[in-house]
Amino acid sequence: MKALQIENLTKTYRNGFSALKGINLSVEQGDFFALLGPNGAGKSTTIGIITSLVTKSSGTVKVYNTNIDDDSDAAKSYIGLVPQEFNFNGFEKVKHILITQAGYYGMPAKPAEVRADELLHQLGLWEKRDSPARSLSGGMKRRLMIARALVHNPKLLILDEPTAGVDIELRRSMWLFLKQINSQGTTIILTTHYLEEAENLCRNIAIIDRGLIVENTNMKSLLNRLDKETFILDIKMPLPASFSLPHINYHSIDDHTLEVELKQGDGLNTLFSLLSEQKVEVCSLKNKANRLEELFLALVEKSDATL
Amino acid sequence: MNSKLRRHSVAFNTLLIREIRRFLRIWPQTLLPPAITMTLYFIIFGNLIGSRIGQMGGFSYMQYIAPGIIMMAVINNAYTNVASSFYSAKFQSHIEELLVAPIPNYLILAGYVAGGTARGLLVGLIVTIVSLFFTHIAIQHIFITISMVVLSAIMFALGGFINAIYASSFDEISIIPTFILTPLTYLGGVFYSISLLPEFWQNVSLFNPILYMVNAFRFGMLGESDIAIIPAFAIIFICIIGLTSFALYLLNKGTGIRN
Repeated sequence: MKALQIENLTKTYRNGFSALKGINLSVEQGDFFALLGPNGAGKSTTIGIITSLVTKSSGTVKVYNTNIDDDSDAAKSYIGLVPQEFNFNGFEKVKHILITQAGYYGMPAKPAEVRADELLHQLGLWEKRDSPARSLSGGMKRRLMIARALVHNPKLLILDEPTAGVDIELRRSMWLFLKQINSQGTTIILTTHYLEEAENLCRNIAIIDRGLIVENTNMKSLLNRLDKETFILDIKMPLPASFSLPHINYHSIDDHTLEVELKQGDGLNTLFSLLSEQKVEVCSLKNKANRLEELFLALVEKSDATL
Repeated sequence: MNSKLRRHSVAFNTLLIREIRRFLRIWPQTLLPPAITMTLYFIIFGNLIGSRIGQMGGFSYMQYIAPGIIMMAVINNAYTNVASSFYSAKFQSHIEELLVAPIPNYLILAGYVAGGTARGLLVGLIVTIVSLFFTHIAIQHIFITISMVVLSAIMFALGGFINAIYASSFDEISIIPTFILTPLTYLGGVFYSISLLPEFWQNVSLFNPILYMVNAFRFGMLGESDIAIIPAFAIIFICIIGLTSFALYLLNKGTGIRN
């Protein structure tokens, strides 16, 4: 079953800006799906239309087979949204925000309170339940937004850059939490600028640029398409004057740093053999960019070139 | 009760409770000022000046202005509550909590209007209690009194909602109360009987809806009015229907809240 099905979706704003130019997208039930794209590509507009915050110009959107035009109430009840910006009333108590949101979805006060308590514990907000939301730290506010989106037990959770501005420790704990709720059956759609996040979490991916879907595939096959990888090597001693790496693209960034581009299938062993032969000792090695990032940039650049 | 109706009823109650909790939480801004302002009205206009004015419409001046002052507090607070609450929700974007939820627009409107009406009526009750320290009030027509104060609060709560939909800054939610609502209230027969005005201004006053509310409410409390009661109710009903239809039209269109 499809959790989300979008057909020929367009959106032109009143000022004439065409944010979506007829996108088609489908997300399977239970998927962890990444919707990526540069700033202004149309990600937030797409999410806005799915969640009824933005009015579409044309096209159809179905959530769990329910057309948002035919039965918007039913479609909305399937969705939980974590928006990009903090959008709660900072003067309200944390627990009231959750209980109120559950009430909007028709959950009576008692079960809403039980569900809110459960989420407050799960997301480490229990101690802050009676504090006004504005007094929370940035990371806690992000967690509050996730708790609020989950309070009515949605089947489809949409996260619009949920880890923006969140420190790495908290980001990783949020990844674990999201993986856990996905494994329990919640379909997740994620937009993020941290491509490492998408690569780690998502099974399928769509890349949107200038209102068009430029790629829609599964993560594995996309990453397999990567034909080269760039590595940064820290070298113990300065490179000898006669240093060379035959048939390999490389350049030295400084006396102790080497950037090497390897084609898929070249393997690291060849590189290390060549380095050993020339008595070059490597202290450490890392990817210049993560694999998805390299592909993402290549796809977006390709899309730019065709425009 | 079917499940959809039950869900909607929970959603409406939730919104109403949130609105009530909001104005109770900030009671020094919402409940205290009208109590102080209206006490000053009673002291200055009712006691100090009123004692020199003598009787009006067969009642002491204090008794005569009491219903108008109560009504003034009700309509101002009903209006301001919805205007500021809905605009704040837009400004802080937490209106999105409602827009993404399965709540029909008419329930969003009903929830905010009920919240504004609740504040208007609570402030009305506070001002009535304050007035009892200054004068004796005996309600003559309980049904007219209650129905008029409730309908007036609803009407002005609707007005506040429409104001908030169009507002794009906090200034814009104070313009109408300052430049339209306050003059209409002062010219709506709160402090005087329109029979004291020249005929031309009496006729002009008839275009002021607040005149009908104040007088119908005064009739309910004192049994005295400058205008007929049935047309007063008819006008208020028509205004409520018109404002409700317009507010729903704006909500359905997404004016000021959806891109």
